[in-house]
Amino acid sequence: MSDANHRGGSMMRLGGLLRKETRQILRDPSALVIALVMPVVLLLLFGYGVSLDARDVPVAVVMEDAGPEAATLLGRFQISKYFTPITVPTMRQAMELMDEGAVDGIVRMRSDFARQLLGGGDAPVQLVLDAVDANRAGQIRGYVNGIYQQWLAGYMEQRGQELKLPAEVRERMWFNETRRSQNSLVPGLLVLNMTLVGALLTALVMAREWERGTMEALLVTPVRVWEILVGKLLPYYVLGMAGMALSVLMSVFLFDVPLRGPMPLLAGGATLFLLAALGMGLLISVLTRNQFLAGQAAILATFLPAFFLSGLIFDLAGTPAFIQVISRFIPAYYFTGFVKTMFLVGAVWETIRYQLAALTAMAAFFLLLSYRKTRKRLE
Amino acid sequence: MRLRLERLLALIKKEFLALLKDPRSRGVIIFPPLLQTLMFGYAATFDIKEVPYVVYNEDHSEASRELLAGFRGSPYFRLVEVADRPGRIAELLDTEKAVLAVRIGPNFARNQERDEGVVQLIADGRNSNTAALALNYGSAIVQQYNEDRLDERGLKAPAVIISRSWYNENLRSRWFFVPGIVAMVTQVVTLLVTALSVAREREQGTFDQLLVTPYTPVDLIVGKAVPGFLIGLVEATVILLAAIFWFEVPFRGNLLVLYLGLILFLLSAVGVGLMISSLSATMQQGLLGTFIFLTPAMVLSGFATPVENMTPFVQSLTVVNPIKYILVIIREVFLKGSSTQLLVHQLWPLAVIGTCCLILAGWLFRRRIY
Repeated sequence: MSDANHRGGSMMRLGGLLRKETRQILRDPSALVIALVMPVVLLLLFGYGVSLDARDVPVAVVMEDAGPEAATLLGRFQISKYFTPITVPTMRQAMELMDEGAVDGIVRMRSDFARQLLGGGDAPVQLVLDAVDANRAGQIRGYVNGIYQQWLAGYMEQRGQELKLPAEVRERMWFNETRRSQNSLVPGLLVLNMTLVGALLTALVMAREWERGTMEALLVTPVRVWEILVGKLLPYYVLGMAGMALSVLMSVFLFDVPLRGPMPLLAGGATLFLLAALGMGLLISVLTRNQFLAGQAAILATFLPAFFLSGLIFDLAGTPAFIQVISRFIPAYYFTGFVKTMFLVGAVWETIRYQLAALTAMAAFFLLLSYRKTRKRLE
Repeated sequence: MRLRLERLLALIKKEFLALLKDPRSRGVIIFPPLLQTLMFGYAATFDIKEVPYVVYNEDHSEASRELLAGFRGSPYFRLVEVADRPGRIAELLDTEKAVLAVRIGPNFARNQERDEGVVQLIADGRNSNTAALALNYGSAIVQQYNEDRLDERGLKAPAVIISRSWYNENLRSRWFFVPGIVAMVTQVVTLLVTALSVAREREQGTFDQLLVTPYTPVDLIVGKAVPGFLIGLVEATVILLAAIFWFEVPFRGNLLVLYLGLILFLLSAVGVGLMISSLSATMQQGLLGTFIFLTPAMVLSGFATPVENMTPFVQSLTVVNPIKYILVIIREVFLKGSSTQLLVHQLWPLAVIGTCCLILAGWLFRRRIY
């Protein structure tokens, strides 16, 4: 009887806390903007606007040789979706264009282009790249080589001397057949969005309560510590999952990113990550008890690592060992891998079970630690 | 006039004290930026090395072994397994144990005599950039193999393109990212310092006290702007030193040009921070406002994904983004050694944006007071 009473009281207290917290969220537009508008803005930007794939690259084509061979090669550049060629007669003019930043590269067809090509000389075509952006320069080099090889094959065939190479390469990109960088960037945005809600927002809101002393006031009421924490975290959990659902729907229906794994499993993984993020947010707020510091700490410990150390944009395999070691302590690292696999490959149990296990451990660790720290603050 | 100047100095001093007095808040201004610079300087890279690959070779010939030797000798690749059945390729790629698969068909050597032997390269597209690079480097190895074979047979390989990369011969992506971090971290610190300055006083109730002093609104906003500006400048200098001496990115330009750009950039950074500050009633709103500005501004700056790759509409949005201009200035001064003359198209928009931001911030600030 008394047990039932107790449980009923607990539910009632929890209900009251939840109502209060929900109202507080709804009253401050900035929280809702972060939770729901921001994911949409980011998704639209990454889905439609931002890309790692170079297109329509302006290049200067120096036509020192105006013969028919050079003209057909130029034609290849003109029809390519990768290039917007600008024809100039001299190298000097091309270099001026590059200095101004008007072109990203120079394709020079030497004055003895035709003769060199027929006579088997070397380097009838020269390529000079503006490599301030190294990655882009590397891409452009790949495209130019591709166009040249194609043209060369066609040219040799026309002259009746088929180009026979010992080995021919057939390239394939699995899981992302169309080679869109969006397919690997957009799913990763889930990580960024959920970090914003889970860790940053929670850290700020809770830090304010500590700063103002309202948290201590709550703690001396008959409400239990776990009830307070559940009451505080549940609304943000719902908010975070709503943001996730929105992101998944937009990724699949608006940006045609394939979702090859089962949705419930994705939601399960997202829950684990969100719990870890909430735990981190909570922990930061308890440790700092100051909004300014909590904001800084949340940015440093959660948001920026989610961007840089998760594998979202930068592949960590190319970084020094110590960066890779640090990344293993970051929930976003496991969740990014999980999300990319779930979207592009499917539920590959052998990989995701480690990711899910790591996320579970981290969620438990951060939640328990913040629970203990909160209780301790009272004593 | 002199009195006003003295009063202003006192106000600036007070703002500095408020920021630097508390050891924890002082620590926040000093350590995180350095930590961020170090960590992200190492983490932000598109270079690949030792990409794990699996080989499935159905042709046990000398020719196929020679081709595979090219992969084995490359610093870009690391062999994880020689598969004994084709199914292993999918297993290893699915589980991310390998990122690239090299598959050589059964008649690779024999086909070479009549036609062409086929090499299949399969990459894991979960990270499209890494996959594309791995395919590029893999193809280059096959191309080299072709040239060597033709050479052996006394045949002339068709002419290849000789390419040169200016300003960054070895295409090290760190040279691109580290100078960018100067702008990124400076922006974050300046915003945090200024965006919260008014809200903090509002929340603590000291703002009303300031309003009853003889300070004019302009005095007040100058008092808030100067500390953010100076802290940003010092921060930028420290990261600049780290970029040059720690990360050893070549600095080929003129420091004056760079600082002209940085000063103009800081005007807009401070302006945006004060705008957020005037608009937000609480510190929480100030911080969230910082984020609402910072995240899209970062995405649309060209820091990680080039502005040139964006769709035309999105590119037109970036016109008002101060980070976009300062990134070009810093990178070009570092690697190209560009002069003021060449950078004028980056400098004047920064000046315009900075002025507009400050004027707008002043207007918002006055409106909030009265």
